[in-house]
Amino acid sequence: MKNYRMHLMLCAGTGCVSNGSYRIKASLQKELEKHNLQNEIAIIMTGCNGFCAQGPVMVVQPDNIFYQLLSEKVIPHLVEEHFLKGRPVKKLMYIPSADKIPIPKMSEIGFFKKQRLIALRNRGLIDPEIIDEAIARGAYKACLKALNSMTPEEIRKEIKDSGLRGRGGAGFPTGLKWEITAKQASEKKYIVCNADEGDPGAFMDRSIIESDPHAVLEGMIIGAKAIGAEQGYLYIRYEYPLALERMENAINQAREYGLLGDDILGSGFNFDVYIHRGAGAFVCGEETSLIRSIEGYPPEPRIRPPFPSESGIWGKPTNINNVETWATVPVIIYRGSKWFSQIGTETSKGTKVFALVGKVKNTGLVEVPMGITLREIIYDIGGGIENDRAFKAVQTGGPSGGCIPSSLLDLPIDYEQLAEAGSIMGSGGMIVMDDSTCMVDVAKYFLEFLKSESCGKCTACREGIDVLYKMVVQICDGNGTLEDISVMQELCEAIKNGSMCALGSTAPNPVISTLQYFKHEYEAHIKDKKCPAGVCKALITFSIIPDNCKACMLCVKNCPQGAITGEKKQPQKIEQDKCIKCGVCYDLCKFKAVLIQ
Amino acid sequence: MAKIKPEDLDKIADRMKKVMSLREGAGRAKITVHMGTCGISAGARNIMSSVLKCIKEAGSSDIIATASGCAGLCSKEPMITVEIAGKPPVKYIDLNSSKTEKIFKEHIQNGKIVTEYALAIGSEQTL
Repeated sequence: MKNYRMHLMLCAGTGCVSNGSYRIKASLQKELEKHNLQNEIAIIMTGCNGFCAQGPVMVVQPDNIFYQLLSEKVIPHLVEEHFLKGRPVKKLMYIPSADKIPIPKMSEIGFFKKQRLIALRNRGLIDPEIIDEAIARGAYKACLKALNSMTPEEIRKEIKDSGLRGRGGAGFPTGLKWEITAKQASEKKYIVCNADEGDPGAFMDRSIIESDPHAVLEGMIIGAKAIGAEQGYLYIRYEYPLALERMENAINQAREYGLLGDDILGSGFNFDVYIHRGAGAFVCGEETSLIRSIEGYPPEPRIRPPFPSESGIWGKPTNINNVETWATVPVIIYRGSKWFSQIGTETSKGTKVFALVGKVKNTGLVEVPMGITLREIIYDIGGGIENDRAFKAVQTGGPSGGCIPSSLLDLPIDYEQLAEAGSIMGSGGMIVMDDSTCMVDVAKYFLEFLKSESCGKCTACREGIDVLYKMVVQICDGNGTLEDISVMQELCEAIKNGSMCALGSTAPNPVISTLQYFKHEYEAHIKDKKCPAGVCKALITFSIIPDNCKACMLCVKNCPQGAITGEKKQPQKIEQDKCIKCGVCYDLCKFKAVLIQ
Repeated sequence: MAKIKPEDLDKIADRMKKVMSLREGAGRAKITVHMGTCGISAGARNIMSSVLKCIKEAGSSDIIATASGCAGLCSKEPMITVEIAGKPPVKYIDLNSSKTEKIFKEHIQNGKIVTEYALAIGSEQTL
């Protein structure tokens, strides 16, 4: 490696790039060569540092001098003065304001510090209803590159080399999926954007469409060329009215600009998309059901093979990718597979968006590099557990996923590691649970969801989940037996093996993973007739600790059953036969006098 | 709008930068209300009305009000981002109409950041 006396760290974040940092780079190179400094001074393109408003920015090392608002015009002067003569150019330097600003920088806030935005690159920065604002942030540049200077093979190779894997569930390599569809001999091919986000707690697809619909459209245009499709569908659920409205508007604007339709940007390539409104059935997230739904039939999955890439919509080869996958594609094409594959782990490249929800202080959407640990997401980004209670588990991957206990908090997140821990990446739902969450109740919740969402085609899924649900309800009611656990385990296997689609075969996962890590909670419900977290109503009682009660009468006034009685200025009592265990007294008591057992 | 040519992408970008970054004198200040589903359900429409009302009452023509999507931190919505020309943007969280009016008076009109409602200054790191 060469030794340089000086490093120019030029920002290559989206903000600075759209303000011309690559033009600055070319200009710097030219000027450095003019003064024969190219072997002494290196230019390094860095990631965004959050000073986008002052971009393009550049930090000169080792002096740590921060230049801002650079333009090509000032580069000759800068190179001559600072890099040749050693006199830093004051008027281009960022001078911190004299009066100290008493609030932190975005890059110092835990929630934002560890995030790296690729799919969410334009969140909160553009008006999603104005295409020009997206273009100002670099939208459709990758599409132009793909249409005018790349062959379909080259596009596919770039995506394959990047290591991008499907962001909607199973993590199938995107480039390979494109290749299979592209190689089918068929006049007509389709591509689909799956925006039927159905996992409880996941909302990244909705948010991407709401904040940056053109990222998705641009990804689809690139994919269409790579695959050889002229028609695409966006399958968006009807429960997402704002996403639908903004996407419709984006499509209309893109059509008016000729970015959709015939001869896109004068390249001779034709492609257009249509929105298909889904009725919001969980099973439509499954590819073959989604295809049936687009064709106008009830959404029931079918046996694969043939895979959709061979025989999809109307029997034609069809490539389906998730919203987040499509939104990531333009960045890979624009910046190259090498850049993308530097981020992440050995098997999982790039970043992943997670919907961080549940008992965590900061809830929201977080985009982080693969390989980050659960602890970093929950404690550094999420700010820790609400009310500083104890962490119990995190549920990842939606109903097909599983619950990961505190012993695995330092697990680096990628597709393989999550699978090994008994869960999945899925679409990226992340529900944090504390010690007041009952894991049997969690299994019950997911089973209830899956029971009503099962399409009913396969007996094992339709009947099996129902039986499983009833058994878990029995345990929650204190009527379970230890034998039930082994029957449930057997039933889980049967559902797994006897269901045709991935939704059925993963439906027992909430039970399997809670049994794997929290069997003692099931046993406490069965043997001790106790719910350790104090959730299952049949197994808990509310009482008042006389020593803590200050007789403020707040609980007495608010009990909907009139179940709390007692003398004035004396500790109160709860009449058990009237109590409906609603928990109002527990929530209201300021003296921690209400005990749940 | 007519069909655009490849070279138009850069032209549009250059034209829009003037509006979006306040850099070249299109406005003195810009207020972005974050209006994703999360923001709207937390009351972002009221915040937008307050912003528009403040601008109208102040009779200022150099303040841009605009909408954008979710800023990521859904639990602190409604949020706005305030930018004064030449200064880094400031994000405000957990807003209501009266807080918005105060921010307008103190930050937009007098250039003083309202620290008690502010989350942070600067932008998020992209890529």
